[in-house]
Amino acid sequence: MNFQRVFSLVKKDLKKMIREPAILFLTILFPIILTLAFGVSFGAIGGTQTTTYLIGVVNMDSGGPYQQWSQHFIGNLTDMEILNSQIFSDNETAQADLVQGKIQAVLLIPEDFGQSCNSFWEAPTNSSHWMNTTVQLYLDSGSMFATQAIPPITQQVLTVTVYGIQPTDIPRPIQIGSPSLVQAGRTTMFDYMAPGIFAFAAIFLTMTVAQSFADDREKGLLRRINITPTTSTEFMASQVVSNMILALIQVALVFAMAYLVGYRPNVDVASFVLAFIIMSIFALCNVGFGLITAAIAKSSGAATGISFIFIMPQMFLGTFVGAGLSPSAQAAGKFVPSYYVTDALTSLFLRGAPVSSPTILLDLSIVIIISVIALLIGILLFSKYGKT
Amino acid sequence: MVPKEAAIVINNLTKRFEDVTAVDELSLEVEKGELFGLLGPNGAGKTTTINVLCGLLEPTGGSASVGGFDVQKEPSKVKELIGVCPQDTAVFSYLTGRENVELFGNLHAMPKEKLKKNTEELLRKLGLLEDANRRVGKYSGGMRRRTNLIMALVHDPEIAFLDEPTVAMDVQSRHAVWNFIKELKIQNKTVILTTHYMEEAEELSDRVGIIDHGKLIALGSPEQLKEKFSAKNLEEVFIQLTGRKIREEL
Repeated sequence: MNFQRVFSLVKKDLKKMIREPAILFLTILFPIILTLAFGVSFGAIGGTQTTTYLIGVVNMDSGGPYQQWSQHFIGNLTDMEILNSQIFSDNETAQADLVQGKIQAVLLIPEDFGQSCNSFWEAPTNSSHWMNTTVQLYLDSGSMFATQAIPPITQQVLTVTVYGIQPTDIPRPIQIGSPSLVQAGRTTMFDYMAPGIFAFAAIFLTMTVAQSFADDREKGLLRRINITPTTSTEFMASQVVSNMILALIQVALVFAMAYLVGYRPNVDVASFVLAFIIMSIFALCNVGFGLITAAIAKSSGAATGISFIFIMPQMFLGTFVGAGLSPSAQAAGKFVPSYYVTDALTSLFLRGAPVSSPTILLDLSIVIIISVIALLIGILLFSKYGKT
Repeated sequence: MVPKEAAIVINNLTKRFEDVTAVDELSLEVEKGELFGLLGPNGAGKTTTINVLCGLLEPTGGSASVGGFDVQKEPSKVKELIGVCPQDTAVFSYLTGRENVELFGNLHAMPKEKLKKNTEELLRKLGLLEDANRRVGKYSGGMRRRTNLIMALVHDPEIAFLDEPTVAMDVQSRHAVWNFIKELKIQNKTVILTTHYMEEAEELSDRVGIIDHGKLIALGSPEQLKEKFSAKNLEEVFIQLTGRKIREEL
């Protein structure tokens, strides 16, 4: 292999990336804008802002003889910074707002709430004297954050209301499990989306590679290079190197942009290095898809259209877009490489898994296998049908 | 008299595309250092012949060798010897003129110093030195065609295939290219020139071959052909042999 040839072709491709506005936008500006837009929309700039959950409270015990208990409970709920309590006069209105997504939960305080609390304090050790009752909690099933965070928070507030801030060691007839410490306030929506966004940006390499090859072929440039002593191996090596460099620049910019909008995964340098490796390998996979597309497409316009055969499934089934899909669609995601990239990055950045985690290594292995297969098929097809 | 060494040997070369025979049992020899004009109407098979000789197309039948190397068996050896200026301008519009030329020098693995020297010299000779650092996308059509030619010759090839190198050029550019081609002849390079301009073929070629429907229908020096067909110029010879019917490119 002659490195002078490979290096000169890599240099040419990198100049193309910088000088061709369409490629510059798709490979560099688009991922930056995407990260910025999602980071600002779903992240917490600065990373310290607390997330709040909007909860509707319906107090059916407002006119009862022991209404101070329910007032005390509502007061404690309001004191929680993570909750933004909104009082409703009736359950129907609260439920309507919940269905419309205006609030994330409804807490229904029963008529006998005060009486129940009072009965406990009148005879703390005599359970036969107590009046049992239930506080109803309705949650927005579409909000995974609400379903996970609100129940333990309300349970904690209820415990404090009924038993006091510092419960004594005296055995109690009503046992309420210790509420979990919820730290949802430190995790933004963007933290969940970021790994998918990193994968999302690289998927579009398929289109740029396919367009670039088809365009060079249309203009007779591939044919011209083919007349020189440059071998197919040297040419393909240059493509692999230039696209890997491009992918690394892309990932670095996306990481930098994510950091700017407040993304602060609590991981070490090794995790970042592994993330770069995963993304570089994934870039090669998309180069392979791009070559397959270019081999099939008759023109650069057709290449753009055909490239969506590879882009759309990867985008919808394997990135942050897939989080809200049906279970069957999520299962289908396991057939696209971006799923494993997103999963590995999620394990690294969100779950805080170590680089030697079996899950990450399995994801990485699958990405490598798919990438090698895609690249080999791409090179073979392009060498046979795509060059002239 | 010692016979000259053949740079290009074509034996019964045939190339078919489905039901169209583009080159039909063509046999021809071009001597080393010769400037050979390959003439013919649109679709006669000129470009197909060149594409076979430079290894881009596989012949359907027959054989061809360039610089002593079989084009089918040793295409990489052939590619080291040749420089090809394609009929349709093929330049990277996002690179500068100089970058385009240097890229192709590098693809021929030229030493850096020689590449720099050749690039400067060729850009100067074809009047592109002042614009060498501008992107080719901003060039005029004539400037692109001159860049196209320099890219083919920067590595100083022994054998050059120039496929209509002056098409759509203004008179000044065309004469600059003619002078440049004449210099190649002085340097003992072998040149295959295809052109639609008969005065260009007459001015530059040692010998011309006229092909039509893929077959060689006339071969000789411009003077020999004019005498043989009792014509005032090569254009009359061409019309006599190929007729006046307008052809379309295949």
